[in-house]
Amino acid sequence: MSGKSFFVDLTKCTACRGCQVACKQWKKLPGEKTVNTGSHQNPPDLSATTLRLVRFSEKEIEGKMHWFFLPDQCRHCLDAPCKSGASLPDSIIQDPDTGAVVYNAKTAKEDAETIRNSCPYDIPRVDKKTKIISKCDMCNDRVKAGMLPACVQSCPTGTMNFGDRAAMLDLAKKALVEAKKKFPGAQLVDEDSVRVIFLTADKPGLYAKTLMADATPTRRLYTRQEALAALTRPVRAFLG
Amino acid sequence: MTNHWIDLKNSDCILIMGSNAAENHPISFKWVTKAQEKGATLIHVDPRFTRTSAKADIYAPLRSGSDIAFLGGMINYILENDLIFKEYVINATNATFIVGDGFGFKDGMFSGFDEAKHKYDKSKWAFALDEKGAPKRDMTLQDPRCVYQLLKKHYSRYTVKNAVAMTGTPEDKLLAVYKAYSATGKPDKAGTSMYAMGWTQHTVGVQNIRSMSIVQMLLGNMGVAGGGVNALRGESNVQGSTDQALLYHIIPGYMPTPTTAQPKLEDYLKLVAPVSHDPKSMNWKKNYPKYAVSLIKSFYKNAEPAVGYDWMPKLDVGQNASWLVLFDEMLKGKFKGFFAWGMNPACSGANSNKTREGLTKLDWLVNVNIYDNETGSFWQGPGMNPKKVKTEVFMLPCAVSIEKEGSITNSGRWMQWRYQGPKPLGDSRPDGEIIAELASKVRALYKKEGGTFPEPVLGLNWEDMTSAHGFDVHKTAKLINGYYLKDVEEKQKDGSVKVYKAGTQVASFVKLLADGSTCSGNWIYAGSYVGPDPKDNRSAKRSKDQTPAQAAVGLFPNWSWAWPVNRRVIYNRASVDATGKPYAPQKPVLAWNGKGWDIDVVDGGGNPGSVHPFIMQVHGMAQLFGPGLNDGPFPEYYEPLDCPVSSHPYSPVLHNPTALTFKGEKAAVCDPRYPFVCTTYRVTEHWQTGLQTRWQPWLLEAEPQMFCEMSEELAALRGIKNGEKVWLENERGKLWAKAIVTKRFKPFVVQGNIVHEVGIPWHFGWRFPKDGGDAANLLSPSVGDPNTGIPETKAFMVNVRKA
Repeated sequence: MSGKSFFVDLTKCTACRGCQVACKQWKKLPGEKTVNTGSHQNPPDLSATTLRLVRFSEKEIEGKMHWFFLPDQCRHCLDAPCKSGASLPDSIIQDPDTGAVVYNAKTAKEDAETIRNSCPYDIPRVDKKTKIISKCDMCNDRVKAGMLPACVQSCPTGTMNFGDRAAMLDLAKKALVEAKKKFPGAQLVDEDSVRVIFLTADKPGLYAKTLMADATPTRRLYTRQEALAALTRPVRAFLG
Repeated sequence: MTNHWIDLKNSDCILIMGSNAAENHPISFKWVTKAQEKGATLIHVDPRFTRTSAKADIYAPLRSGSDIAFLGGMINYILENDLIFKEYVINATNATFIVGDGFGFKDGMFSGFDEAKHKYDKSKWAFALDEKGAPKRDMTLQDPRCVYQLLKKHYSRYTVKNAVAMTGTPEDKLLAVYKAYSATGKPDKAGTSMYAMGWTQHTVGVQNIRSMSIVQMLLGNMGVAGGGVNALRGESNVQGSTDQALLYHIIPGYMPTPTTAQPKLEDYLKLVAPVSHDPKSMNWKKNYPKYAVSLIKSFYKNAEPAVGYDWMPKLDVGQNASWLVLFDEMLKGKFKGFFAWGMNPACSGANSNKTREGLTKLDWLVNVNIYDNETGSFWQGPGMNPKKVKTEVFMLPCAVSIEKEGSITNSGRWMQWRYQGPKPLGDSRPDGEIIAELASKVRALYKKEGGTFPEPVLGLNWEDMTSAHGFDVHKTAKLINGYYLKDVEEKQKDGSVKVYKAGTQVASFVKLLADGSTCSGNWIYAGSYVGPDPKDNRSAKRSKDQTPAQAAVGLFPNWSWAWPVNRRVIYNRASVDATGKPYAPQKPVLAWNGKGWDIDVVDGGGNPGSVHPFIMQVHGMAQLFGPGLNDGPFPEYYEPLDCPVSSHPYSPVLHNPTALTFKGEKAAVCDPRYPFVCTTYRVTEHWQTGLQTRWQPWLLEAEPQMFCEMSEELAALRGIKNGEKVWLENERGKLWAKAIVTKRFKPFVVQGNIVHEVGIPWHFGWRFPKDGGDAANLLSPSVGDPNTGIPETKAFMVNVRKA
């Protein structure tokens, strides 16, 4: 299992959202009609036309203000639960060269709720009209042509890195050692099971509930209705 | 920027104040991050916790408009604790100069104030001169009239207690900043300052930057790798447009605009060329006559310089033609027509309602832009009755920057050539073409019909900017560099004579002459295009070739071209001692090798120790005491004209007595109707008034609407919930916004009282999108800095209530 991986050093992310825009540009995805809801996070969530979203999270910890930024995207799991959860054999495929988990138009035949709920990071989204399910495909077309994924290409600070898996794991481990000097709580997230390896400055849950896979299996049993109900409950501080 | 973007990585301590660099200059954080990786401390001082603060090692909040209390406090801290880099202060700044008897300071006012005119007589602030005419100096810094002692006395009032009282910055944060930053006063350490409009857009804008300059001089941070005072420009070519004299008070190359007080060329040349009687002062401005005459010859190639000067437009004595004044005059009906060229004043200028009203007084308005905007459509905007507006509006669609060839100059003074990407859409055209065609039509009319003064129009040198097909960007770039108009003989060191043939490009501004035999459209760009061929265009260079020493400090001399003379760090001579040895041997920007200078292009030339380092100053020294500014030689604390306090501890003078003001402009001072401080800013996703970005769906979805950020405390006070619509209002206007209620804004404790501050972005306008909101400048005051006229759009008072 070699292939490609991302290393995303969140200690360096400034939430400039260059990656969010670059993704839409390369994928020729439309802008959504949004309003300001009292947050800079916009569009408010991932969707069939927003495959990549920078999440903003404000936390005050021991009187000190923190603003955590998470450029959220598909993790391209080594062993992808969404692929296992698919009913068709070829609606979700894994590129043997790069390891990219790629959805195609046949996902319209899948049960979108099952696919979404199978994802430990809550990434896949369905297009209400076409029923096609979509998410980041690692810019597999670019990668196969020797280019960087659009998001990585656009990153000004060195947050987004991409390359052979071994090299990215190596980079991640070295970056963790450096980061720990300044951020004692720094950690790598699920690095053994995903191809998008996040380095956080603190507990992953401070960034977003879904930054790290939930170890308990309960999440996957949620139906969409239950999940939506959970979303409308008062937001409580979540320390992951 | 005195330095350049890459150089940020060389810093030991980066102070971002008056800027939100992570959001508004995202690429800067490539280099800020690299500095942090090497152990640099990042400090952010800002009213609001931003994406920049999120990356900072120290974040200190301060109330908008109180920067001089903060920075003056730092000056005092450095002096009181003797943290200065003494050798540098003595040899590179005017700390040792004795100030003449005319200078005085009392109760917030400097000597020489004319109450009637609201102006200082700056001659009162002159230095004491010796019998040769050079400034008297006390190398021991003990004389009570030396700059160092006067500085110490002036800032003795700037205590930590006073700073905390006015800025609202918690004392521990304030001291943490002072301590971390002043640690760069060690000879081998460098601190850098990144600032933007958060410092400039105040009635004390220039003095905010002067305060930081004083800090940098005391700590020896000017001219060194990882140091400097770095203005982050508001768009990619603001540096270039300023260099080419976008503003009214200068002509290209930062020479003053002629006024009617200099009716003849000789009067002007006398004005621009200062005289120094110190043999070690290069006093570079003594060369300005060469540059001025070469500029005139670039305008009027076939006229004698004296005649060309007569043809140049001149300001009336004392005339202020800056932005606010322009629109004030427009409102009075003084203009018939107006070109809004790549500008959207109906949103971008302070006090938008006044600006918009001004536009109704015009007979015609030409809007040159890529889209229709609030300016071109002002007549159908909010509160306007189209039937009553007489102004005829013409729209000239122009090309976008990527659709044309030419150069831009970035904040680091790099002139970068750009090639044409896509062709302009439809009949939209590059600005240069529009101007050239306009000029040709006007000239044809003058030729046919004559006129009262046709010579300046008919005598203009258009042939060097146009070819058969019209505007020629390469010819224009060559003219800006300059060339010989006649054969010129130059005596060489070995006695031989070298001849430069007429038509040859000049190699640098050193070759320019005052007798009319050379022309140059901008002396600081001489050296950018040195031959006839596009390969001689140095701004198009893209080579990463560098020496190991250059690589160590991230200096790429063969990538583009920087003015002046490809110098990448200006004032670099201050980075070495009298023997040419770098003070920071681990990151030298300049070093003497026994025969010549290595690494960067040295400021001034000559052997080590032979000249004073700050060659653009008449006396060769950086100005701790700056007698040239309109509001005083030392920065002094004054409140913004709209402010939440009625007094401050520094003096009984509440506001800058020389601020640019207009009759009828109302100020809110402790006005209970408008109790909250309001500031304006930008977001990453939009640009300027949003003209280019509001129409871009990927950017608009990220920041779709006008918002108002406020603290949880203020929201509770006014019963406002996150995401709700609110009204902001004051004497000037009214504006709706979506509330962002956040912990990132905190109330300030100012003189023991709670002061709330809110912030709004300035990118929106009524034209598009329909639910986006309107301009932040509906609320900002038309008052300005006494030196530049820049409006005070960063600190004013408003009320906020639930809509």
